[in-house]
Amino acid sequence: MAELAYRDALRRALIEEMERDENVFLIGEDIGRYQGTFRVTAGLYEKYGAKRVIDTPITEPGIVGISTGAALMGLRPVVEMMTMSFSILALDQIINHTAKVRYMSGGQYTVPIVIRGPGGAANQLSAQHSHSMEGWYAHVPGLKVVAPSTPSDAYGMLKTAIRDDNPVIFTESPGLYGLKEEVKDDEFTVPFGEAVVRQEGTDISLIGYSRMARVCQEAAEVLEKEDGVKAEVVDVRSLLPLDTETLFSSVRKTHRAVVVYEDWRSGGFGAEICQRIQESCFDSLDAPIGRIGGLNVPMPYARNLELLCIPNAEDVVKRARETLEGNL
Amino acid sequence: MLRIREFEDQSMKAFRNGLAGGYLHVYTGMEAVAIGWLGEKRSDDPVIAAYRDHAYPLLLGCSPYEVMCEIMGRRPGTSKGKGGSMHIYCLEHGFYGGWGIVGGHVAMGAGLAFAIKYREEDRVALCFYGDGAANAGIVYETMNMASLWDLPVVFIIENNQVAMGTRLEYHAAETELHKRAVGFGIEHERMDGMDVLQVRNDARRIIDYARTNQRPYLVEVMTYRFAGHGAADHDQSLYRTKEEVEQAKKRDPVELLSDYLIEHGAITEKEIEAMRKEAAEEMAEVYREAADAPKPEPGEVYDDVYSDMQPEEGH
Repeated sequence: MAELAYRDALRRALIEEMERDENVFLIGEDIGRYQGTFRVTAGLYEKYGAKRVIDTPITEPGIVGISTGAALMGLRPVVEMMTMSFSILALDQIINHTAKVRYMSGGQYTVPIVIRGPGGAANQLSAQHSHSMEGWYAHVPGLKVVAPSTPSDAYGMLKTAIRDDNPVIFTESPGLYGLKEEVKDDEFTVPFGEAVVRQEGTDISLIGYSRMARVCQEAAEVLEKEDGVKAEVVDVRSLLPLDTETLFSSVRKTHRAVVVYEDWRSGGFGAEICQRIQESCFDSLDAPIGRIGGLNVPMPYARNLELLCIPNAEDVVKRARETLEGNL
Repeated sequence: MLRIREFEDQSMKAFRNGLAGGYLHVYTGMEAVAIGWLGEKRSDDPVIAAYRDHAYPLLLGCSPYEVMCEIMGRRPGTSKGKGGSMHIYCLEHGFYGGWGIVGGHVAMGAGLAFAIKYREEDRVALCFYGDGAANAGIVYETMNMASLWDLPVVFIIENNQVAMGTRLEYHAAETELHKRAVGFGIEHERMDGMDVLQVRNDARRIIDYARTNQRPYLVEVMTYRFAGHGAADHDQSLYRTKEEVEQAKKRDPVELLSDYLIEHGAITEKEIEAMRKEAAEEMAEVYREAADAPKPEPGEVYDDVYSDMQPEEGH
């Protein structure tokens, strides 16, 4: 077992998949000679050359479009978005083209493409660079959407993404790139559609994905220490497909839930999770499901205001206490 | 050419009779463009186009019955009835669609060429789009990358001089659209698109250039659609006069070729009439058969896409 940072785990997956399949190539802005904005692709240009690590102009729609065309011909592009916020420019390509062609062609064509990059807030990136896009994409049939929170999941799920014949939106969090963990030396993959219980508990389910799964864990520690509450932490990992069984069985055990996501609260993917739980676990609930999302404002620049917008452990603890006090 | 024209007459009939819905755009008047280019391409050269897309798959070898079934939303259609008139695809014959967002498919056209280059093959991608699409931003992003990376793609602007209902002079700051290649260092020219023999000559030369030099090329093919923009375009007087259409029809590609062949003694007028009749009968039969074809089963709505919905779940 070697300790790997999240970004290094991603790189290991890229290297292994490029070694395994010569149809896999990397394409994006500043990923080659410049080594990648977040250094995920560091050293890969030197290792694989300009043929398989392709620096592009700053033109997201064109990058996704060209990659989709290449995928129609059987190549397996891994597109890096410098930030997922920039993928907004490419929404027409992703939604109208990449996600549609398999269906519109009656299954004649598939698009084995991965679009990956940092999504969500970091450190004062302000309003145009801090979007959490996963909920937008999870709305679109034809896409798969994942948001791993650990180096092992980042590694194993990226390998799964590259091998999938459907387009996959793979969101990372800039706040996770430096996170370190022991990652098994032997090759492995992590399947989509399987949530994982990070910490078992009996009193309340804290549900999140990407960096918010870690925020849930921090909150669980506080709740245990200060309140003697045993919270169960469920890391969703995969939004589409969504493992509702694991979510439901957790809620049926604890009878209470708080769902946490970084995206704007209104209409975010956490709202979908809340509704699924409500539909299927209504009789098991002892209190309304708590919901925590980002504040419904553009991300402000000032650090104190930015921190106010992003859910943190304190917010989760507060909402969990309210949920624990409330009874139906 | 006659078969395409007759096919399009039948597809319009399908729309009028309520057997085809949505948007339907016929290729009538523009036949020489697709025939000329696809006639000169190699069988393994991939093709991608916009939504006026019935002619390409027919020319590439797809059966008129399958295309008509798709237009009518039937199970034997090219996309099993889930694409429709604007989204014909034919993997077997290298037709990559069939796309409805103006300009949106042009990047994928370069992507086909990207894959060709990646695999070190000597194929050439043909990417057709209209004069309306020539203004879309993604077209220029694509041309930049196609030139930067030496992609073997021929961008073919089918300039029928109207973007839906807005004439060329009202939508393009520079109406010689081929000149837009200059900024990207791409070879370019404008050519006639009504005389199929001339189109073939030009197409052969340009495809050969792209294959030999592994370079993109932008060609603006001047053409004219005799029909409205779509089947629901009821008032063409909003953007063109009857006189203009009549004038254009003097260079009807069918008549130009017929005249040439008759003049050179290759065929008689009578034989052409017989061919026309045969094509009309063939496509009328295609229409009848497609109209009798089965519709997709309700359960097929979930097929051929990743969806998290389960069939028993419904709304």
